[in-house]
Amino acid sequence: MPKSLFEKVWERHLVKEEAPDHPGIMYIDLHLVHEVTSPQAFAVLEERGLKVRRPDRTFATIDHSIPTLQFKQGVEEPPYFTPEGKSQVQTLQANAKKHGLPLYDWDSEQRGIVHVIGPELGLTQPGMTVVCGDSHTSTHGAFGALAFGIGTTEVGHVLATQCLLQRKPKTMRIHFDGQLAPDVTAKDMALAMIATIGASGGTGYVLEFAGPAIESLSMEGRMTLCNMSIEAGARAGMVAPDEITFEFLKGRQYAPKGAAWDAAVEDWKSLRSDEGASFDKEVRIDASRIGPMVTFGTSPDYGIAVNENVPAPQGQPDQDSLKYMKLEAGAPIQQAKVNRVFVGSCTNSRMSDLRAAADILRGRKVADGVVMLVVPGSESIRVQAEAEGLHTVFEEAGAQWRLPGCSMCIAMNGDKGEPGELVVSTSNRNFMGRQGKDVRTVLASPATAAASAVAGHIADPRDYAPAAAETKNVA
Amino acid sequence: MSLDPIQTLRSQTIAMPQENIDTDQIIPARYLTTTTREGLGKVLFYDWRYDVDGTVKAEAVLNNVDPEGHAILVGGHNFGCGSSREHAPWALADYGFKAVLSTKIADIFKSNAIKNGILAIEVSPEAHAWLMDNPGAEIEIDLEEKKVRLPNQMVENFEIEAFGRRCLLDGVDPLGFLQNSAEEIEAYEARTGKHAA
Ligand code: SF4
Repeated sequence: MPKSLFEKVWERHLVKEEAPDHPGIMYIDLHLVHEVTSPQAFAVLEERGLKVRRPDRTFATIDHSIPTLQFKQGVEEPPYFTPEGKSQVQTLQANAKKHGLPLYDWDSEQRGIVHVIGPELGLTQPGMTVVCGDSHTSTHGAFGALAFGIGTTEVGHVLATQCLLQRKPKTMRIHFDGQLAPDVTAKDMALAMIATIGASGGTGYVLEFAGPAIESLSMEGRMTLCNMSIEAGARAGMVAPDEITFEFLKGRQYAPKGAAWDAAVEDWKSLRSDEGASFDKEVRIDASRIGPMVTFGTSPDYGIAVNENVPAPQGQPDQDSLKYMKLEAGAPIQQAKVNRVFVGSCTNSRMSDLRAAADILRGRKVADGVVMLVVPGSESIRVQAEAEGLHTVFEEAGAQWRLPGCSMCIAMNGDKGEPGELVVSTSNRNFMGRQGKDVRTVLASPATAAASAVAGHIADPRDYAPAAAETKNVA
Repeated sequence: MSLDPIQTLRSQTIAMPQENIDTDQIIPARYLTTTTREGLGKVLFYDWRYDVDGTVKAEAVLNNVDPEGHAILVGGHNFGCGSSREHAPWALADYGFKAVLSTKIADIFKSNAIKNGILAIEVSPEAHAWLMDNPGAEIEIDLEEKKVRLPNQMVENFEIEAFGRRCLLDGVDPLGFLQNSAEEIEAYEARTGKHAA
């Protein structure tokens, strides 16, 4: 029987088959832990006198509630926004110490957003099961891993037993035909995909992204796309591993080495959907028709191309959404004035994202009255970006260059918008109040966000060719 | 943590017709800074109940009904989407909710809800429309028979994951179930070379 990529990974991790009266028991290869969704899980271990079963498969980081303001590390106290945020970090530090878990703490050069550092360290590998108490765990599916977010009770289950109770989900293959136009990014693909299948279209499914546009997508692009599977309702999204995947992983700290590497690659090559594998649902999207995308509503499936007009509302939910967004139906979305711009989050805070934003900002200025934050996904990215001089580009343009963390994606560390502001954000959620009370969020790619920062209104990145290229044209 | 067994739940409903009520609405992220599960009911739907300056929004449905006696929330399509935060069912439970009904409920929320004694039940568009038109109706959810009974004599059969249902009916503890499978887990690790080095 031909099998899908998902089925192959699923079967490799079944400790016990599911039955009508109980779910299957699934083994978890990699468990990532952060400060916000773990304290209550460790408390359950405490109550029951249990240990972490596999500290060697558990990795902890601090990202959600930590400040991103610059401070003198080791000399000054981190400028926490609230005492509760600080207490969450201290609780994780204590739990990591007690259970012998590696923690990428303030003093670590590898600290960063949980879904950025997993791949960076080579922890995330093809064919693995990866979980974390965070819904964007789907990011790791870019490597052909089965990766999904879990609640805190399940974090406790994995800490104690390295296993989860799971029923087999349905499968959906999303086939991207053709190739993306230049200047169009994985973020635009993600927003187009969500607009196509809807915010609950993927509920109950694991997605597999396939087709020519996926095969030529970089690992960073695949991560951006898989990251937003959850915005379509799917717990997980996967891409079959290939040479691009192996190239990315080779030599990373936790990747296999020597003969073990060769054996791993041989095995990973078998992790693709067989010819004739069946899916519960198949969707086709023409990648060549996707343009730079923005959202215009309070659910991620309200997406349009940046050169379109705000669609007329159909029904009450659309009307409520437009009213909250204070956008006018029928008017070009580019007329919307921007107050704040955020480049960051586990969706778009990697090197290619920062470079794309810098290419537009180089030699230009952020418009008067617009506040722009650029927040790298990890310490390694911060260091590399500074080595390339990107921080200077951002600062000279008038943007703020920050320390790594989730920042305005979840707005619980003090980085947030003010009531009524319109924020163009490279993060993943445009829900009401997500980036601060009454803040209106427009999701976009780093290039679109940077172009909007310069314009002071939502803008098409294709109208802001890199400064260097312009000079060449003049010459 | 084992839960009090539930068999049937009879209560009045509160209707929230908005679609895609995400977990950021149920509990805004700035209230996720807790390290315990308790006391989150006071920040449930905070931004729907209070203004920027903290004044009570008179029109908010939760500010107009007594949580006592209103343990069933009927939400619009795709309830509980977004973040995996279990703080959402913790806040709902702390406020006094014991069930959420919708035409579609997001996966992670559903899984989190049942672990905290909240029934997350998908009903037909017809029953849903009736419930939206009749907020405050007293309905009965029968977990044993997997039926929702409406006062207009409509009876809805619903699906619920069998193990989760058993956990609620009999107070079975899922972590205990996993722990009882320790031998199988060890055998799996040995078989696949995943045992601790
Ligand atoms: S950046 Fe946003 S989506 Fe990603 S892990 Fe942090 S809070 Fe979650």
